[in-house]
Amino acid sequence: MSELDNRIGLPAARRRVWGTSQRRTASLRVQRMRENMLAYGFLAPSLLLFAVFLFYPMFKSVYLSLHSTDPTGQIAAYVGLDNFKAVFQSGLFLQGMKVTLLFVLFTVPTGMLAALILAALTHNRFKGMRIFQFVFSLPVVLSVGSSAVIWKFLFHPTLGMLNYLLGKVGIDPIPWLTSPDWALISISIMTIWMNLGFNYIILSSGLQGIPDEIYESAKIDGAGPLLTFRKISMPLLSPTLFFVTVVSIIGAFQSFGQINILTRGGPMDSTNVFVYSIYQEAFVNFRFGTGSAQALILFAVIMLLTLIQFKWVERKVHYQ
Amino acid sequence: MRTPWTKTLLYVLLTICAALVLYPVLYTFFMAVMTPEDASAYPPHIIPQSIDLSNFTEVFDIVPIGSFIGNTFLVAGLTMLGQLVTASMAAYAFAKMEFKGKNVIFSMFVATMMIPWEVTMIPNYLTVRSWGWLDTYQGLTVPFLATAFGTFLLRQFFMQLPKELFEAAKIDGCGHIRYFVSHVLPLSRPALGTLAIYSFLSMYNSYLWPLLVTNTPEMRTVQIGISMLEFQESTAWNLVFAGTALVILPSLLLLVFGLKQLVRGMAAGALKG
Repeated sequence: MSELDNRIGLPAARRRVWGTSQRRTASLRVQRMRENMLAYGFLAPSLLLFAVFLFYPMFKSVYLSLHSTDPTGQIAAYVGLDNFKAVFQSGLFLQGMKVTLLFVLFTVPTGMLAALILAALTHNRFKGMRIFQFVFSLPVVLSVGSSAVIWKFLFHPTLGMLNYLLGKVGIDPIPWLTSPDWALISISIMTIWMNLGFNYIILSSGLQGIPDEIYESAKIDGAGPLLTFRKISMPLLSPTLFFVTVVSIIGAFQSFGQINILTRGGPMDSTNVFVYSIYQEAFVNFRFGTGSAQALILFAVIMLLTLIQFKWVERKVHYQ
Repeated sequence: MRTPWTKTLLYVLLTICAALVLYPVLYTFFMAVMTPEDASAYPPHIIPQSIDLSNFTEVFDIVPIGSFIGNTFLVAGLTMLGQLVTASMAAYAFAKMEFKGKNVIFSMFVATMMIPWEVTMIPNYLTVRSWGWLDTYQGLTVPFLATAFGTFLLRQFFMQLPKELFEAAKIDGCGHIRYFVSHVLPLSRPALGTLAIYSFLSMYNSYLWPLLVTNTPEMRTVQIGISMLEFQESTAWNLVFAGTALVILPSLLLLVFGLKQLVRGMAAGALKG
């Protein structure tokens, strides 16, 4: 029975249904079964791919993490929780954790603040804003591969543009990628630049989602631009800010490309973030067991972070 | 009201910020057209002294950048098509069909978005290797042919299509398959375009998976190829940048023509969060 007919309540259609209700339920059942089959058919490609490349690997990760493997990836022996113990006991895990948290601290607040300021400054109808919006969105299409290559040259200790320009204003050259004190900061600068496009686009569309009338009434009440931004834009933007925070932190935990290209985890493990050490364990040292254990720890950490953020931050977030 | 003075200040501030953001990209294109002497000069030239386009042909001689770009376009294109097919079908089932276990399967799709890709990386590598798929196009594409994010994006769009449309089509004797192919898909071009750009770009830019499953230069994608270029210390800077410029050019063109779609896709992602 179509909804349209129901709503209009055509008397003719009603009568037909009453008259043939027996046959109707039987054919309805067949029809429903056919729709079931068809729906499963529509879902089959996605479900099959998820099963092979997502669900099975999840179980396989757990299995691998409880075993030791030979370099070809064959299971050698059941080792229980030894892989996890080894990961926690080796200094590398703590170091990786520390580096990753520092990386989050360097990139997430700064990156969001920069994007928020730019989004607020370009949120108006002045001439030429389109060009600025395009420029600030631009890094979103650049890949981590090519961005890292460009920055590797900018960071070059003697011939790099950054040190040259610093020299111009009388600052001594900075050992960007070669000093353990600077390497993570350098990678963070590059990462902030690379993520600016994404953060800017999301925060801009968040700002555009705030209805004009609210600004109008604030203006009538005599609120200046700064007060309006603090008292109106910020609270209404909080769901978007919340989303960007979650995505940025998870993204920082998953960083790999820029580290592999710029520093390879060095110098002295000062940039050896989580995913890079998983990569090294599994694909350089060919220890798939401990690699999987690390990957599962990463999974747990990301899950925990997401849950904490939802529990604590969402309470303070203002939904319109 | 704002005075002209603050407006000027705003423009100055924005121009400085834009210059800072744009500089690495400009630098790439400047270096790409410099002569070897210009590129390695000290003090470095900020703006090229002369324009030398021969770098772009020369870089083809030292690395098979043509096959890098060809591979990447093929891989990104195949993945894009595959994702459009699998995601639109699944999205149609969720949005327009009634079936047993819909809620369970739907929450399973939600769950897949919580799994960081790195957790599945090691087993997937072992799977792909055991099938002999290293250094093949199927190894590069098949693991990414289904997308939970894309399914959501399209489902949201399909749900917005008016119910009356389907009722009318049904009265005309149109079944689900025909309704899907000849009505839903054509009407959903904006959403499909968003997903297409999104998935093409993320495949074009992917780094870690191609690094794992390709070993031969013939199968490399641009992102790996370009970072290999940089590890050859002897390579002249202008050639590295000529290669990099060639690699980022398609992305930039995509941004010029598809910024609106891209923004829409990301905004949809943000709403979901």
